Amino acid sequence: MSATQTRSAEGAAAAGGEHRSRGPAGPDAGYNFGYLDENTKRMIRRALLKAVAIPGHQVPFGSREMPLPYGWGTGGIQVTAAVIGPDDTLKVIDQGADDTTNAVSIRRFFARVTGVETTERTAEATIIQTRHRIPETPLHEGQVLVYQVPMPEPLFRLEPSVTETRRMHALADYSLMHVKLYEDIVRHGHIATSYNYPVMVNGRYLMSPSPIPAFDNPKMHRMPALQLFGAGREKRIYAVPPWTEVRSLDFEDHPFEPVRADAACALCGSRESYLDEVVTDDRGGRMFVCSDTDYCHTRQARREAAE
Amino acid sequence: MAYVAVKGGERAIEAAHAWLAEERRGDPMLPELTVPQIAQQLGLAVDRVMAEGACHDRGLAALAIKQARGDLIEAAFLLRAYRTTLPRFGASLPLDTGAMRIRRRISATYKDLPGGQVLGPTFDYTHRLLDFALAAEGEPPPPAPEAPAGDATMPRVTGILAREGLMASEAPGEAEPPDLTREPLACPADRPLRLQALARGDEGFLLALGYSTQRGYGNAHPFVGEIRLGEVAVEIEPPELGFPIEIGEITVTECQMVNQFAGSRTEPPQFTRGYGLVFGHGERKAMAMALVDRALRARELGEEATAPAQSEEFVLYHCDNVEATGFVEHLKLPHYVDFQSELEKIRQMRATALREAAE
Amino acid sequence: MMHDLPHHPHPDPPPPAGEGRGGGVSGGACPLLAAHGLSLRYGAVPALDDVSLSIWPGEVVAIVGESGSGKTTLLRVLSGLLRPEAGEVLYRDPEGAAHSIHGMGEAALRRLHRSDWGFVHQNPRDGLRLGVSAGGNIGERLMATGARHYGCIRAAASDWLRRVEIDPARLDHLPRTFSGGMQQRLQIARTLVTHPRLVFMDEPTGGLDVSVQARLLDLIRGLVAELGLSVLLVTHDIAAARLLAHRMLVMRRGRVVESGLTDRVLDDPQHEYTQLLVASVLAA
Repeated sequence: MSATQTRSAEGAAAAGGEHRSRGPAGPDAGYNFGYLDENTKRMIRRALLKAVAIPGHQVPFGSREMPLPYGWGTGGIQVTAAVIGPDDTLKVIDQGADDTTNAVSIRRFFARVTGVETTERTAEATIIQTRHRIPETPLHEGQVLVYQVPMPEPLFRLEPSVTETRRMHALADYSLMHVKLYEDIVRHGHIATSYNYPVMVNGRYLMSPSPIPAFDNPKMHRMPALQLFGAGREKRIYAVPPWTEVRSLDFEDHPFEPVRADAACALCGSRESYLDEVVTDDRGGRMFVCSDTDYCHTRQARREAAE
Repeated sequence: MAYVAVKGGERAIEAAHAWLAEERRGDPMLPELTVPQIAQQLGLAVDRVMAEGACHDRGLAALAIKQARGDLIEAAFLLRAYRTTLPRFGASLPLDTGAMRIRRRISATYKDLPGGQVLGPTFDYTHRLLDFALAAEGEPPPPAPEAPAGDATMPRVTGILAREGLMASEAPGEAEPPDLTREPLACPADRPLRLQALARGDEGFLLALGYSTQRGYGNAHPFVGEIRLGEVAVEIEPPELGFPIEIGEITVTECQMVNQFAGSRTEPPQFTRGYGLVFGHGERKAMAMALVDRALRARELGEEATAPAQSEEFVLYHCDNVEATGFVEHLKLPHYVDFQSELEKIRQMRATALREAAE
Repeated sequence: MMHDLPHHPHPDPPPPAGEGRGGGVSGGACPLLAAHGLSLRYGAVPALDDVSLSIWPGEVVAIVGESGSGKTTLLRVLSGLLRPEAGEVLYRDPEGAAHSIHGMGEAALRRLHRSDWGFVHQNPRDGLRLGVSAGGNIGERLMATGARHYGCIRAAASDWLRRVEIDPARLDHLPRTFSGGMQQRLQIARTLVTHPRLVFMDEPTGGLDVSVQARLLDLIRGLVAELGLSVLLVTHDIAAARLLAHRMLVMRRGRVVESGLTDRVLDDPQHEYTQLLVASVLAA
């Protein structure tokens, strides 16, 4: 299976120490550190402070037009640009992987405009920008997890008007969402949401966790790291401070259940991690591998070292 | 091997960029298009990119069109991303379009009026027959005949109506309007903010919405009071000087639509205005903008607001083509983690359903 | 058709003379809701002109009048959906504290509407979610007040379907497949499931056939007596008022022209407008 071989080769390369790198020639002198000007960074930091003070509440901010398209992480990029400093170590993942094209593109962008050290190692990063996943390796205090958020409003499929959903948040009136979950069980026997699964933050605000799989939701609860969320196109920032309560909505007799493929990773053997399904032929052949590449590489390296 | 191709990284991106550059250039046997050629000969494309890119610079807009291979939304995006890095010095004084150096000025509400009707460089009344002479490179066309320079001033039609008390007056605005590029949009949005969003908005979107108001979705009764195209001076008033200075001249198209208004409890019947203003020569956009502006005033004028063009949230949140294109196109980014969770959920629900059917 | 008059929960209601003008002083128990001097104009048209009224626990009060008399406006003002230009509405919570309805803010008012209060709209479409199952419609208010056990919510919804005479087998059906009368009964179930203390009803039998109306009125009467509800009922239907209400107020052009115990007002109307109303229903 050449796919397996490719993965293993990458794992070995990572274990061999090529997981860290510095921007090719330091920051690009043509741009301010982190691309954004200092006033814009200050404006974003003010929004972030407000967001941290009101966990789960969406704070409007003056999102700028970035040199990457809306929907491709402009919110996360602006948040990262506002909090990153020269001593930081940055990790960027998309779908859990460091080497997906959009992750590569964003990592290159920051290498160019900040010159900071980048890493693929979750444990070594001070800032992790992510799209659609939370790393498997538990985060620790002092780390910052920056989520790219396409639609910050958890109620948007039920109520498209921003004016109306803002009122619902103000009044903590979330019965619309509960009715939706009730109807799911009526029709399907299960809550039919599998990603972007809504959560209550600190017992007050209904929040979109961004389109992470529901599997990752429990990692948000009382996470030691600071979680920041940026939605560039929708011009909203929100946050979950460290150690904050984050509960996935459910019913007492239909408790929230994170779903993963019932298989082991073909590369590292993990039965705990979230798995990608890889179709190997058109006759139903498939294999499962970890979505978190760093986690998988680390486990493979440890296993090889033990052998 | 599909999944190896997706992880792939850095090299794939670089190769894609190289290929893109090759495609952009096209056949190297043909002479390369120059930026001045685009600025001169594809002028209306440049105007549109300046308007939707919200940055008045013909040279940069032409460069963006070249870089974007003629994709005008991509070009507007390039211009916007450049614009956002520029320092912001302040706001200009309101443009005085009454003092415009006019190239085109027409009114549909009067047969003749002070200053007269000036047709200008327009496609109107051309027969849309492909001109095969243009396919051959030839001599430049002979110069257009020029009317003797008149000294007549050209007062705005809406001013003529206003003097008679027939045109509703506009509430005086604040000294400096809000800046959509610095502050997030919040609804309800006041008119300066709405006009700003529409001026940057997508021509096609506004055209369709404006059209919908004519077909009964919004109950519009518009007349083109006036369309004028030409050059206006841009003035700023630096606080340290205390008087205005001219910093240059730009080309703009202005459209003022005159609309019926039955009056309300507090207002006698009179005409109301729909306003459109865009960079460069952008008549279709200015007219569509004026229709939509008027439709969005429904609530403040006490009219029933039921049509899409009258819904402020709907129009303002969806008129920006750079935002729209980003979000539509982001669907091609990998979503396989979410798709995987959907797969597992559907399998689980199918298993439940099949089990229940078997019982 | 004659019915027994409903038994009034307060053997000694406040003197009718005190009603409709400055509010009566009750001997003993406090009113659940008391309004004083409500006024509101639509342009030059007075919709409410110095209206006062009170409703006591367990009491059903009907507000009758022709369309345009201001009765629906009064209901909307009393329930906080509309703000009056003058006057005040006070609500007494279960702990006995009085709250000004128009001074409490939107959040507190919404809380009140989904817990202590209920509102039954004339058109069930305004009170139901047509794309949500009957069970979901009934369960919404339970969930809004904290219920999180799917099985219990379903059991309660099922029980309420039975109580409003809808086959519990239709628990998972969408209300758009229901007849008008069923939709109205579903709306009543959705409203009463949280045992509100005070229910506002705006022409609850308005759009229904006469035979369906009678059945619905009987159902409402039974539930009101069983649950000891206070009801403010707006209707142009004198027969409905007679069947359900302990007391009634007659409105015309934004003013209360007559008020008192239902049997007294209907059997011995004092105001000539009331006499006309009663005569026209008898003629009909």
